[in-house]
Amino acid sequence: MEHIELFFKSIFIDNMVFATFLGMCSYLAVSKKVSTAVGLGAAVIFVLAVTVPLNWLLDQYILKEGALVWLGEEYASYDLSFLSFIMFIATIATMVQLVEIIVEKFSPSLYNSLGIFLPLIAVNCAILGGSLFMQSREIPSLGLALTYGTGSGIGWFLAILAIAAIREKIRYSSVPPALRGLGITFIITGLMAIGFMSFGGMLTGGDEKKEEKPTAEAKLIEQETEKEAKEIVANNTNINQ
Amino acid sequence: MGLLSKKDAALITDPLLDNNPITIQVLGICSALAITAELKASIVMAVSVMFVLGLGNVVISLMRNIIPSKIRIIVQLIVVATLVIIVDLVLKAFAYELSKTLSVFVGLIITNCIIMGRFEAFALGNGPWRSFLDGIGNAVGYGIILIAVGFFRELLGSGTLLGFKVLGDPIEKTGLYAIGYENNGFMLLSPMALIVVGIIIWIQRSKNKSLIEEA
Repeated sequence: MEHIELFFKSIFIDNMVFATFLGMCSYLAVSKKVSTAVGLGAAVIFVLAVTVPLNWLLDQYILKEGALVWLGEEYASYDLSFLSFIMFIATIATMVQLVEIIVEKFSPSLYNSLGIFLPLIAVNCAILGGSLFMQSREIPSLGLALTYGTGSGIGWFLAILAIAAIREKIRYSSVPPALRGLGITFIITGLMAIGFMSFGGMLTGGDEKKEEKPTAEAKLIEQETEKEAKEIVANNTNINQ
Repeated sequence: MGLLSKKDAALITDPLLDNNPITIQVLGICSALAITAELKASIVMAVSVMFVLGLGNVVISLMRNIIPSKIRIIVQLIVVATLVIIVDLVLKAFAYELSKTLSVFVGLIITNCIIMGRFEAFALGNGPWRSFLDGIGNAVGYGIILIAVGFFRELLGSGTLLGFKVLGDPIEKTGLYAIGYENNGFMLLSPMALIVVGIIIWIQRSKNKSLIEEA
């Protein structure tokens, strides 16, 4: 159940592209045709599913505060988390190279369809973002990390597939000249993001779990209630005087 | 401009408008959108990127003749990651609250495509001084858009700028709020960042017709 929840949450609610804008560069650059979008999307799913669990292991057994305790008691107080950026990106870059070599060796046809996208992926923010979110959201187990990685990848895949299909069609409509290409893509993505926000209540069902991640809206309401509270206090002191 | 030759000055001024990294080269969008709900965060992000890109360009440019081209991506990533760790630690030490707001997006400067893009396109083929100028120019071009988006989102979304209530107080109904103005909370949500950038691109391309893409 936990897995299914996290899986759908990472696809729809915390969608990489629409909720956190990760991997926007390649999302905008490679979404002109559906076929290339599918290739890149598949590569992203694959690499995320590999690197997120791997980085989870790194985080758990090397980087976290007290993670080195398996080396001996005297290492318990070490906190290497400041190294996580460099470790994560090195893992990702190495994995991407490794995956490229392995795929080239064993499945030339897959290599031909994915191959050109793999080097692009090393610098795709979605990949590093996946690992960093995994770290900051404190995913508790290796299995969940795998689910999270795969789910985020599928979410990204869906997003790029959708925008590529829309961009193929929009060629036939009369967009104002200055908006053509990049401008209209931005605005469509914005509208799609608004659409994806409607998935927000899908798993929470309005119960207290919603508090897990305060949205901008929730923050705003919080601020306002705070202000109101202050106002009431101010009024009371006035009355007292 | 005694200090800079005309060619060097162009390195700084070109990326500001006609070759802007965000609106024209389409690089570094990710971080540009996620953190622009507040002006302050946008400014800090712009300064961090300027630091990383300026210094990173110099380092890569100095090493350009000794980096084997096969592993240059990894070398570049390590250089950026080191610089970003410095930025992250400085932010955590001196602006802890802000570093919480920026959360993972400081780390994501590493994969900000502007940085890799400039390393590949410029620093690998030019001397350190010119690379430095190019880095600063691009970072400023990036910063301008970030600050513009942050300005509008914070002004329209919460009626403040850098936390100051410039439009009056929404609860005591002073300033603009006295005549029935309301904050548009929607501006604070993430999709609006995309739409604001889309509009900036629209305005820029309407002014400069040569930038219009063939559909």
